[in-house]
Amino acid sequence: MELICPAGTPASFRDAVEAGANAVYCGFRDETNARNFPGLNFSQSELSECALDARKSGVATLVAINTFMRAGSESLWYRAVDAAAEAGANAIIVADLGLLAYAAEKHPQLRRHLSVQAGAANADHINFLVEAFGIRRVVLPRVLTVAEVAAISAKVTCETEVFVYGGLCVMEEGRCSLSSYATGKSPNMHGVCSPASHVRYRQNGSEMVSELGAFTINRFPQSEAAGYPTLCKGRFVASDTVGYIFEDPVSLDVLSQLGALRDAGVTALKIEGRQRGRAYISQVVKEIRKRLGAMETADPTPPDGDALRRLSEGQKTTEGSYDKRWR
Amino acid sequence: MPESRLGLTLGPLLYLWDEPRWRDFYFRIADEADVDTVVLGEVVCSKRDHFHTGSLDEVAKRLTSAGKQVRLASLALVTLEREMKSVRRLAAQDDFEVEIGELAAHGAMRGRLHAVGPMVNVYNGATARVLARGGATSICLPPELPAASIRAIVAGAPELAFEVFAFGRVPLAISARCAHARLKGLTKDNCQFICGDDPDGLQVDTLDNQPFLALNGVQTMSSTCQSLLGDIPQLDAMGVRSLRLSPQVCDMVEVARTFRDVANRRVVPAEGIARLEACYPAATFSNGFFHDIPGHQQVLPEA
Repeated sequence: MELICPAGTPASFRDAVEAGANAVYCGFRDETNARNFPGLNFSQSELSECALDARKSGVATLVAINTFMRAGSESLWYRAVDAAAEAGANAIIVADLGLLAYAAEKHPQLRRHLSVQAGAANADHINFLVEAFGIRRVVLPRVLTVAEVAAISAKVTCETEVFVYGGLCVMEEGRCSLSSYATGKSPNMHGVCSPASHVRYRQNGSEMVSELGAFTINRFPQSEAAGYPTLCKGRFVASDTVGYIFEDPVSLDVLSQLGALRDAGVTALKIEGRQRGRAYISQVVKEIRKRLGAMETADPTPPDGDALRRLSEGQKTTEGSYDKRWR
Repeated sequence: MPESRLGLTLGPLLYLWDEPRWRDFYFRIADEADVDTVVLGEVVCSKRDHFHTGSLDEVAKRLTSAGKQVRLASLALVTLEREMKSVRRLAAQDDFEVEIGELAAHGAMRGRLHAVGPMVNVYNGATARVLARGGATSICLPPELPAASIRAIVAGAPELAFEVFAFGRVPLAISARCAHARLKGLTKDNCQFICGDDPDGLQVDTLDNQPFLALNGVQTMSSTCQSLLGDIPQLDAMGVRSLRLSPQVCDMVEVARTFRDVANRRVVPAEGIARLEACYPAATFSNGFFHDIPGHQQVLPEA
């Protein structure tokens, strides 16, 4: 199985290549990609340089252009596709139907991957897009069990890629407006979720309060470290129950299922975290490579889960929808 | 001044109501509500399907006899083979127009004419045109779109009839996990249809007691009720063809009458808003998405 690694900067791109990624995914420094964070991402010349170096090492460059085109400003997204092609990208990762149509017409030779943001959760949906736009690979949304991933992989006429480590979307990707409801900025339109520009921490007595826009997302007593107020991982009140109504502040770790995903026919494993630092990329790649290697040699040595846990947000992880009980 | 061309569509009921309540609601809509189109069908959770299948034919017939156009909506999130089969079945029938909830249904229509629901991501004219080539004739745009986008999309795909989500709690997200069941200590697989206890959604507040969201099974909705009543003159001028009213626990016949009166300029928006507030006193209204500000906020029309 291929290992697909994130890169938020040219430095982390090179780290991912050195660490043993088969492909590195990244985006341009604007709202055309779903990690439109300050200080991250690539100019066209940075991308060209990285893609060229990667190619020399036999590593593919995937460019995420996976937000939805703003009506009236479509040219920004079209130019991003042109720029990815010129920079020598091996594939673009796209969610918007109009943009897929443009890419298929203008750059038929450039591989098209369907972004997780397209929320394509069943084989018929995926095969329709394969037929319409020549999609070569689909990144599956985090709403499926391993068994469902296997059933889809068997039925679709393109490759499948799944997220195995890093941030966890609790809601189906590409169909969540929670962030824009609270802040006016959304993943689909602006490439951000619960953006830092709208986050505020405020001390209230002995508690630290985290806010997103006008809303309190969490209150932390002194005994707890104050986490980032990602909207769907906040503490709320419903029916007199106080708690993490949607999900705890956890991240995704499905590394214990690598064998099952291989047997499911999955082509590529994806690591989330274009916003994470260099050390994260190197360490996660190293650990997954070790596990994949151990799988092939049937090495019974238990993997070093602790090293990864230290890197995960909030120190706690989940298998998310891949485990049926999560639902 | 000529009457507006703006139509009214009653969107699919997003909550789980028991069968007698469901049937009575639609009978009254058939007999009394001034709407042009009524969308029936379960779009949120396939586990709820069996609740209404027994009355569906009867309700559809009554609505049709009353002169309403009936549409059948497909599920928004399709992952199971059982769900896929019901999508294919829906696409194969030709008694009623189909409103697709995701793209497997669009593909299954094989170019035959159909409507597109608000959970399909149409953010620009290019996407609308792709769907039109596949048989779409009308599109209810995603609720988070600002006015500028709506205007550009309508202008960019004049062959399509566009609808906007004009009344009701906004469907903000959908998940594989059922937060509603989880809150009650249940799992999705053994949910006991607990979402049926909250026919208008289950309020979620912040730790500082701010109303924030609402649970509706696997769907997360806004705590506010979106209302574009005050924005009708602008929507009309943009060429939007229909306003979608999403059923809530309030007098939907009066909601429809109020939207019609404002659309037809029999009542000024400010008076319409006062009527809406009286008809749904439990609601806090919002139209922030339309005004390109946080969705929960409200911008009132200038007096």
